[in-house]
Amino acid sequence: MIQTEELKYAYPSSADVLRGINLTINDGEFVAIMGENGAGKTTLVKTFNGLLLPTAGTVKVDGVNTRESSVAKLSKDVGLVFQNPDHQLFSETVKEELAFSLRNFGYREDTIERRVATILETLDLTRYAESSPFVLSGGERKRVALAAVLVWNPKHIILDEPTIGQDYQQKDRLRNFIVQLNAQGKTVIIITHDVEFVAECKPRIVLLSRGLVVGDGPAEAILSDDQLLDRSSLTRPQIGALMYQLADLGLPEGVIDVYSAERAILQTVRRRK
Amino acid sequence: MSLKVFDGFKFAKLPTPIHMMDPRAKFIMTIGIFSAALLFSNIYALIVIFLVQLPIVYAARTWKKWAGSMRAGVFLAVLIFVMNFVFGSTFVFSAAMTLRFVSLMSAFSIFFMTTSPDDLGLALEQARVPYTLSFTFTTAVRLVPTMALDAQTVIDAQRSRGLELDRGNLMKRIRNYIPILIPLIVSAIRRSIELAEALESRGFGASPNRQPLIVLRMKTTDYLVVALTFLMIGFAVYVYLRVPLPTPDIAITMPKIFPWL
Repeated sequence: MIQTEELKYAYPSSADVLRGINLTINDGEFVAIMGENGAGKTTLVKTFNGLLLPTAGTVKVDGVNTRESSVAKLSKDVGLVFQNPDHQLFSETVKEELAFSLRNFGYREDTIERRVATILETLDLTRYAESSPFVLSGGERKRVALAAVLVWNPKHIILDEPTIGQDYQQKDRLRNFIVQLNAQGKTVIIITHDVEFVAECKPRIVLLSRGLVVGDGPAEAILSDDQLLDRSSLTRPQIGALMYQLADLGLPEGVIDVYSAERAILQTVRRRK
Repeated sequence: MSLKVFDGFKFAKLPTPIHMMDPRAKFIMTIGIFSAALLFSNIYALIVIFLVQLPIVYAARTWKKWAGSMRAGVFLAVLIFVMNFVFGSTFVFSAAMTLRFVSLMSAFSIFFMTTSPDDLGLALEQARVPYTLSFTFTTAVRLVPTMALDAQTVIDAQRSRGLELDRGNLMKRIRNYIPILIPLIVSAIRRSIELAEALESRGFGASPNRQPLIVLRMKTTDYLVVALTFLMIGFAVYVYLRVPLPTPDIAITMPKIFPWL
């Protein structure tokens, strides 16, 4: 469980970026942290693995206060995938890139080899095992960066803007993969502006604005609340907007994804027949 | 790893006489301090050269940032002292070399903290430096804070993968920086290629005869600063050639580790 109490954070010589966040993310939850640019999303998740220590308040990961641990220890349980893969790739081959963190955490060489092979297979990267990560496309590099964190099997996984630079099919695969991870009992936290992606996944949404939590609840409720969305510089997903426009035909308002919309439309049409 | 050193080279606009000086006058002043610091290896002279800069820092109202950049340079300063001392120099000479480094760092820190990249570019252009060169130079200066931010993100990303920069012996600690340096260099190259393409797409270099909108003009105070700098250099050369400077009588040396040196 990740828990923050009155969490405040300010970068040196700047105002508070986080202004008193109270948040509990339970084990196995799927959470999307959303909000306008500069709302404090990335700053918030950087406090989860101790990269940033609160200027006031506390952050506890599975009961451990992040002030009393190290980034290396916390990272074993909290895997953070950064937005830009170019900020972390450095090895000669993809295989070596994936082995890097396992060596840091002191795994044995035979375990490293086994884990690397498994994760390459899982993320469809086996054919690139001996390639340099720098010659891969943007989407592939992003997958390598994700694999480089998943390889040590952290309990909580945080993905910062995972959909940026991904084409539609890759996004679909990513969504299925995230849902699978969550189904395996992992806590999955994503930071994103992509309302369409979130509408299809339907996680719990934590909405930030100017360093405060302004909304927290199921995706259907948050992505249908125009006031909240406006405050966080977001808009309804397209399906949500369409259903809202058709509400006077008797269609339900809080529908945000294609499959639920299809069901609702068919039900209404059948009723009318 | 402290990236505060970059703050000490970052320009911030302030209404101070130092900020408002002509960049060419400031550059000549910096080069004056630079030359004087290189001329002397006597500790008293270097103490004076360092102290001369303090009123300038005070007038520029940049104490905090200047102190930050000095603190960030402590590691290199200690390294210079230790290397000199270990390889047979006296305690006083090692301290003088350290002070020379601190004075040079301070002079350039003051220059970059008080001179905007735009003014620097204008000064270079008016000194007939080709525009592509002056643009490259000012862009490099302007990108220093961005590179510092990138470096911090790379450090965060690698620490999140279990990298502990301060772990292990000296060689291991140096090797620990490879995962930081490679992504930083790669992203700098990628950024430079993207920047070059974006500039060319926006017609960079299309017109060979550029007409600057703003023309820098030296004021009386700027001429005074330049004159004072030349006087100071002349005085320094005179002292160097004609005045025998005392040396403190502290005869501490390391036993010779490498006798052949």
